[in-house]
Amino acid sequence: MENNLYVSPSPHIHGGDSISKNMYGVLIALIPAFLVSLYFFGLGALIVTCVSVVSCVAFEYLITKYLLKREATISDGSAILTGVLLAFNLPSNLPFWIIIIGALAAIGIGKMSFGGLGRNIFNPALVGRVFLLISFPAQMTTWPVVDALQAFPMTYTDANTGATVLHLIKQGGQHLPDYTSLLIGMKGGSLGEVCALALLLGFIYLLWKKIISWHIPVAIIGTVFIFTGIMYLVNPVTYVNPVYHILSGGLLLGAIFMATDYVTSPMSHAGMIVYGVGIGLLTSLIRLFGSYPEGMSFAILIMNALTPLIDTYIKSKHFGGK
Amino acid sequence: MTIENNRQLSKNTIMLKTFRIGGIHPPENKLTAGKKIVDLALPKQVIIPLGQHIGAPAQPIVNKGDTVKVGTLIAKAGGFVSANIHSSVSGKVNKIDVAIDASGYRKPAVFIDVIGDDWEDTIDRSDTLVKECNLSSKEIIDKIAAAGVVGMGGAQFPTQVKLLPPPGNKAELVIINGVECEPYLTADHSLMLEKSEEILVGVTILMKAVNVKKAVIGIENNKKDAIAKLTKLAASYPGIEIQPLQMKYPQGGEKQLIDAIIRRQVKSGALPISTGAVVQNVGTCFAIYEAVIKNKPLIERVVTVTGKAVKNASNFRVRIGTQISELIEAAGGVPENTGKIISGGPMMGKALVNTEVPITKGGSGVLLINKNESKRQPMHECIRCAKCVNACPMGLNPTLLMNATEFGNWELAEKNFITDCIECGSCSYTCPAYRPLLDNIRYGKAKVSAIIRARKK
Repeated sequence: MENNLYVSPSPHIHGGDSISKNMYGVLIALIPAFLVSLYFFGLGALIVTCVSVVSCVAFEYLITKYLLKREATISDGSAILTGVLLAFNLPSNLPFWIIIIGALAAIGIGKMSFGGLGRNIFNPALVGRVFLLISFPAQMTTWPVVDALQAFPMTYTDANTGATVLHLIKQGGQHLPDYTSLLIGMKGGSLGEVCALALLLGFIYLLWKKIISWHIPVAIIGTVFIFTGIMYLVNPVTYVNPVYHILSGGLLLGAIFMATDYVTSPMSHAGMIVYGVGIGLLTSLIRLFGSYPEGMSFAILIMNALTPLIDTYIKSKHFGGK
Repeated sequence: MTIENNRQLSKNTIMLKTFRIGGIHPPENKLTAGKKIVDLALPKQVIIPLGQHIGAPAQPIVNKGDTVKVGTLIAKAGGFVSANIHSSVSGKVNKIDVAIDASGYRKPAVFIDVIGDDWEDTIDRSDTLVKECNLSSKEIIDKIAAAGVVGMGGAQFPTQVKLLPPPGNKAELVIINGVECEPYLTADHSLMLEKSEEILVGVTILMKAVNVKKAVIGIENNKKDAIAKLTKLAASYPGIEIQPLQMKYPQGGEKQLIDAIIRRQVKSGALPISTGAVVQNVGTCFAIYEAVIKNKPLIERVVTVTGKAVKNASNFRVRIGTQISELIEAAGGVPENTGKIISGGPMMGKALVNTEVPITKGGSGVLLINKNESKRQPMHECIRCAKCVNACPMGLNPTLLMNATEFGNWELAEKNFITDCIECGSCSYTCPAYRPLLDNIRYGKAKVSAIIRARKK
């Protein structure tokens, strides 16, 4: 008996948290947004999500097994999450072969080329999205029109298309939908970004389960609100109400689910605030003065690159320190 | 508990204090809470290690074949930071040899075969409570040193050394550690319930020794009975306050407790006394009472023997040097499927290779955990989730320190305060990737400390 004792240094107990618990926790938080996108975009949303998830998982499996010759890591849920987040950043009428290319860019270039989960510098899903945005600008910026009267439309690539709120703003801000439509998601856009309420519900879940802290989302949303708010006060004719900026485009999806990606965001709370403010500023600048209507993806990727620098200079408050 | 007490408590819960950085909430599992202290039967032989404290080991003054009584000095302090050691039993010295202690290292020890239970005449064995102490500060400290009292919370730091602050530091108050934040352990809790008055007298003696007018006893809020009892009794001890604390591990850490109670943080590399606080554990206060009032050296202590499958988990009063195997037998034996036996608590205790090791002055518990819980999960790549950063009560970045250690980048480790780590294990406990953060940091800390020492020479 005595010889069969385990001997290891302390601590001898573990809290029971795991990587997969966190990944599946984020997936659970994305369920409300997914259900809304099914309601508004129907079959298209289902196909895009499934194709994206299956190809992300398949690419990760193939690359770890045959290229890196390591044990497959797909059970940790991170590839599924990348797949869902990539899909949420795509129009629901995107042809499936483009999605597969996006998944290859996300997993192959964004994640595995750096060495897999934990090593990647950029958010893999955003690498995939930006790769597609630059490669297929036309397909990536035609969004199906939401028909309030038809739940779960059976359309995919044959859907009627229209502009997003941000495009309308870029074109002069005419015929903008009202706040209620923005909140519940009755607007054009990528499939996971339309419903502000569903995304906020997910945010509450993530905070409750302590999967993320409030710092990054609040810093981003606050910065965009203040920046676009000042511009609106200066010139309400040229610039729209800041609430439109918060509730439209990928701002909430990005702030809550993409910018908070553990691997690519800073570790200290102070660093998170700096990172969030940076994303908010860059997003506002691109939206107001850039040629793209939407700047969230670029802003997050740029701040991802600055994360090591932020972590080097901005640290948590040290016990007994200033 | 009276209604008034309840009201007092509910008033207290509104203003519960705690430390300001990090911390975790492991399940309490205080299976032996409220259980009476039971005297463990005398063993046949005790093994009394000569190094039961931080600092130089004590020098033996007995030889093989000598007859000793309970309380006979058997080894003298081997330096300024060291402590006397007394026989915990009466009988014959069998040998002076090396023995494996809870740390797993071989250390010199005195083996004594037990014959009867014959105590030194100088020791007052009665239970009569004596509140008066007319000794001077120096006399008190000398008595504490003579009795071989060390910190009984686990660190085993010689108590008299802590009562003589280095020049430039002045004690402002005494903080008494009744936190017992380690899961499972209830030795201090049971002592606070059963020896409440003795502890309070011990605190007044301590206050006199360091010449302060104020003492605060910090107790976590899961020990409401101890808080209520001590609060009621403390009313007749001027200067002693009871401070209920929010439950959070590692609140029993000296620096964390000072921060929780007086909102001052010990600077990196500084001594806790630099904040004006002298911190002592409740068990140590009881030992001080016995040493100063009853002339009784530190020869026994309360040990919690516990575990989810342990038949008769108990708080035992144990003679120092009793083998852990005897404590386990008394608690119903080693349960089937036991995977690990720990000396101490699950967060900071040491896993034992075998149970033929003696209980020492700092041995607060013996914990038996099952095979399933004993195994570590395979580690994964760090996902930079920063949960360790948020858990660290010293405000360090554990994953950075582990990386620095792995790459042998001692400069980076030192710059990021690796030597401030208190080895509480909150980082490893929290890590979702099961990374052995503390294992690495402990190694890096030793390396960096050695480098710093070499530089000073």
